[in-house]
This record gives sequence, structure tokens and C-alpha cells, in this order.
Amino acid sequence: MANEERFQQIVDAEEKIEPTDWMPEGYRKTLIRQIAQHAHSEVIGMQPEGNWITRAPSLHRKAILIAKVQDEAGHGLYLYSAAETLGVNRDELQELLHQGKHKYSSIFNYPTLNWADIGAIGWLVDGAAITNQVMLTRCSYGPYSRAMVRICKEESFHQRQGYELLIRLCQGTPEQKAMAQDALNRWWWPSLMMFGPHDSDSTHTEQSMAWKIKRVSNDDLRQQFVDMTVPQANYLGISIPDPDLRWNADRGHYDFGDIDWDEFWRVVKGNGPMNRERVAHKVKAWEDGAWVREAATAYASKKRARTAA
Amino acid sequence: MTLVSRAPQGTPPPDPGDKFTMLLAHADDNMVLSQRLGELISNAPELEIDIAVGNISLDHLGVARALYTYAGEVEGEGHSEDQLAMFRNERDFTNLLLVEQPNGDFAHTIVRQFLFDAYQAELWSDLAHSDDEQLAGMAARAAKENAYHLRFSAGWLVRLGDGTYESHHRAQLALDELWQYTAELFEGNEYREAWESAVGSTLSEATLDVPDDPYQRTGGRSGFHTEHLGLLLAEMQWMQRSYPGLEW
Repeated sequence: MANEERFQQIVDAEEKIEPTDWMPEGYRKTLIRQIAQHAHSEVIGMQPEGNWITRAPSLHRKAILIAKVQDEAGHGLYLYSAAETLGVNRDELQELLHQGKHKYSSIFNYPTLNWADIGAIGWLVDGAAITNQVMLTRCSYGPYSRAMVRICKEESFHQRQGYELLIRLCQGTPEQKAMAQDALNRWWWPSLMMFGPHDSDSTHTEQSMAWKIKRVSNDDLRQQFVDMTVPQANYLGISIPDPDLRWNADRGHYDFGDIDWDEFWRVVKGNGPMNRERVAHKVKAWEDGAWVREAATAYASKKRARTAA
Repeated sequence: MTLVSRAPQGTPPPDPGDKFTMLLAHADDNMVLSQRLGELISNAPELEIDIAVGNISLDHLGVARALYTYAGEVEGEGHSEDQLAMFRNERDFTNLLLVEQPNGDFAHTIVRQFLFDAYQAELWSDLAHSDDEQLAGMAARAAKENAYHLRFSAGWLVRLGDGTYESHHRAQLALDELWQYTAELFEGNEYREAWESAVGSTLSEATLDVPDDPYQRTGGRSGFHTEHLGLLLAEMQWMQRSYPGLEW
């Protein structure tokens, strides 16, 4: 049986493709791109949240936030490891990120400007990520799907923590509630953009669906997210910044306004508010650490030589 | 104690025999170091180190919270962990000068951590035998975490010291600069001998020289800090000071 045919049979039978199995070159490339982008997003995502670690308003919140940022770093590690099963290595993927040749989620190109942003990232950004990622636990590529099972559990914990942070603000003083509203105003649309272009404009969707890397379309996921999130905003008593948002009884879904696609493409192409800072921060940390990594390598080889002697 | 002391001279010289004073001093050490390490997250030389630094920061924060909470109970004036951390000024903090020193390069971060971990190894094993059961329990738990921190910091110090020419030079420089804050670690205790022996053996493995500079700066335990602490606290306490009395 031809490789290609056998591969598609495994995929169609809902079995997993494992690293040693034959796979089409396009499948491998798509997965590397997607998993690396996902890993980069976790790592870059440490910056906007890390921005509030030193200023968290209470020790309890500081502990939650440090643990969360640490989880993101851990997700980055599993995902780079999943990508490595496809024959690339972490350093080479990071290098592509540093050179601007690899993307990460555009959501992290927005700044965190008030404490409520930490709640909004948990509630909206992690919420949108989970909506996207639950389908990835059933992805046809074994290592990726298994990494996603663990990541989704931790992300849903983060999402509840973020929402709980906002509940506290919304039940607090008018000033605290205003922080939550300000955060929702700034994070709502970028969160909807996290699902990517409309299905009609999405270049990767069709092939990814056939390979069962992706299982639900961008627009369907976005609708799911809106339907889930609107009642949560209502419970908080803050308003979603969309005058066109209303329940559509015929469709059984919320209708919502048009995304500003100019903004979407501007940020994707590197011209969002924080693109340059995020990459520069990452590159600086990496370059500042070069002598440390060299020291570790030098010490390890000295130690090997001594053991051998 | 009155929180947010307005007196320019800070608090009266603390009585080291007083339990509240003692708890607060150790809480402040762990709080300030946690805050410093918190600044580093996302800036580490590699992802594994970011994770380790986050973990160590979180452990110090956990110790600080437990000690502040207990200090508040001992004091009996209803002060919470947040009040003790956020509403005391620079002159009222009694942490060691060592922990408030900036992160600097990775060699400074590691040397600071190593010197402090070696000190806390003695502290926790001592306090784990305290007659105060609550404190002894906290110390026993902290001792376990500290053993991991010490493995991390000593391991990195050896790699840096015995790594490349550059890393050796940076590690020695950091050691020379931070050494002036070590005499203070032994005020009011008898940890010096054990500490010197543990530190000496790691430094020798790291091919680093024990500094012989006699200059020593002290004063942290009585609120006479370096200029770094005020800025660290300004950042840490900003939200609580801007919005006093709110729930977060």
C-alpha cells in the first residue's frame, strides 16, 4: 500500500500518527509551523503577565500569577518537545522567532495596562485558547494531542482564576469595576481575532481539516467563544464593546459585529502596539544569556573529560 | 506596631529576642528576595531557568506569607500578611542587605541566591528544632524547599566558576561585590562556622576564591538599607498604597 494511502487511513480511522510513522512532507511542515507558533505564544505570553508580577496587589494574587507564568513556560517546553519529535530543535525554532520568521499569537502584542488585564487575559485569552485547543486534544498527531490534554487542563484552571479575579473587581468599588470594564474594552476584539481570519480567507483550514490537525473552522470556534462568554460578561455586570451584539433566537447564537480586519492584519504583519518590544525583550534575554549557556556547555564537557580520564 | 511609620527615623531598634521582630525579619528576607526573582521571570538565559526562578520565587513568597501571617497572630493587632508586607516603609523593613541587591547579571543572581540559600540551610535546620511548634513546622517545610534552591544555586555557581573564562570572571566579580553583605547574615546567631565550611567547599569546587576584602556593610536588621530597597518596595506596594483597604 502506498505510504500516502496508509497515512490517510490511519487519520480517517481516528488513530494517531506517531513520530516514526511515514507522513506527508506538508503534514510535517504544517505541524512544525503550528506547534512552534503555539510554543512561541506560550513563551512570549510570559511577558505581558510577567509585567504585573512585581506589582500584584496582594501576596495571594502574586503567588497565583507567578505560578501561572511558570505554567506558561512549562507549556512552552512541552510544545517545543512535541515539535522536536518532527525533526527540528528548539534552538532553531527560537532563532526563527527571533528573526521574525515565525509568528506567535497576536494577542500578546497588546500591552497590559491595569491589574484587571491579568484577569482579562485569563478569562478571555485563555478562554479563547481553550476553545481552540480542546479540538487539538483530538489532533491526529499523537505527541501534539497528548501535550494538549495536559495544557488544556492547566489553561482551564487559569481561565477560572482570571474570571475569579474579575468577579472580585466587579463586586468591589466603582474604581475596581472600571478597571475590569477598561480591560474588557481593550481585550475583547483582539480575543475574537485569536480565532484567525474568516473561513473564506483562511489558507490553511481545508487541508488541516482533512489531516485532522484542525477539526472545527475558525468562524465556528469564534461563535462558540462568543456564545460562552457573553453570559459571563453579563454576570460580571460589564459590557462587551460591540453595539451589534445581540441574541439571535433563529440561529440560537449571538450575532456580533465585524472584526476590524485591517487591525488584525496590521498586528499579524508586525505593526501592533507591542510586536517590536516583545521580540526585542525575548532576543535580549537570549543574547544576555549566551555566556551562561556557553559556561554550562563548557563545564559539561570538562566534566565528561574528567570522568573519562 | 503602627503600620506606615511616619517617623523619619523608622522603627525603634528592634529587640532581636522578640518573636514578632524575629518572624518579621525572616519574612522580609523571603519577601524581598521573592520580589527580586519575580523581576527576572521571562528574562532568564533559557526556559528551564525561567521555570526554576519562578519556582524559587514562589517558594520564598510562600515562606514570607506563612511568616507574616504568623507574625500578625503573634503581634495580636489583627495585621494580615498583606498589611505587614505592603504598609511598612523602607526604614521598617528588617531584611538582610544581601537579598535587596539587584539581580545584575546571572552571576550576581546566582551568587546572591547561593550565599543566602547556604545561610537559610542553617537557619531552617536550627528553627526546625524550635520549641514553638508552629514555627518548627514552617521551618521544616522551608528546609526541604531550601535544599532544592541550594542545589540549584550551588550547581550553577560551579558551572559558572568552572565553565568558561568569561563565566569564571563574572562569577568571581559577583562574589567579590556581594561578599560585603555576608557578615550581617550572622548577627545574633551561630551559623557562621557551618556556613563558611559549606560555602568554602562549593567555592573550591567552582574554582572561585573566597574574597579577602574586610569591608562589610550591615544594618538591614535595623532598617539601615542600601538605596535599592526603597524602589523595590515602591513597586511592590504601589497598588495597596494607591487603593488602600480594598479586596483584590
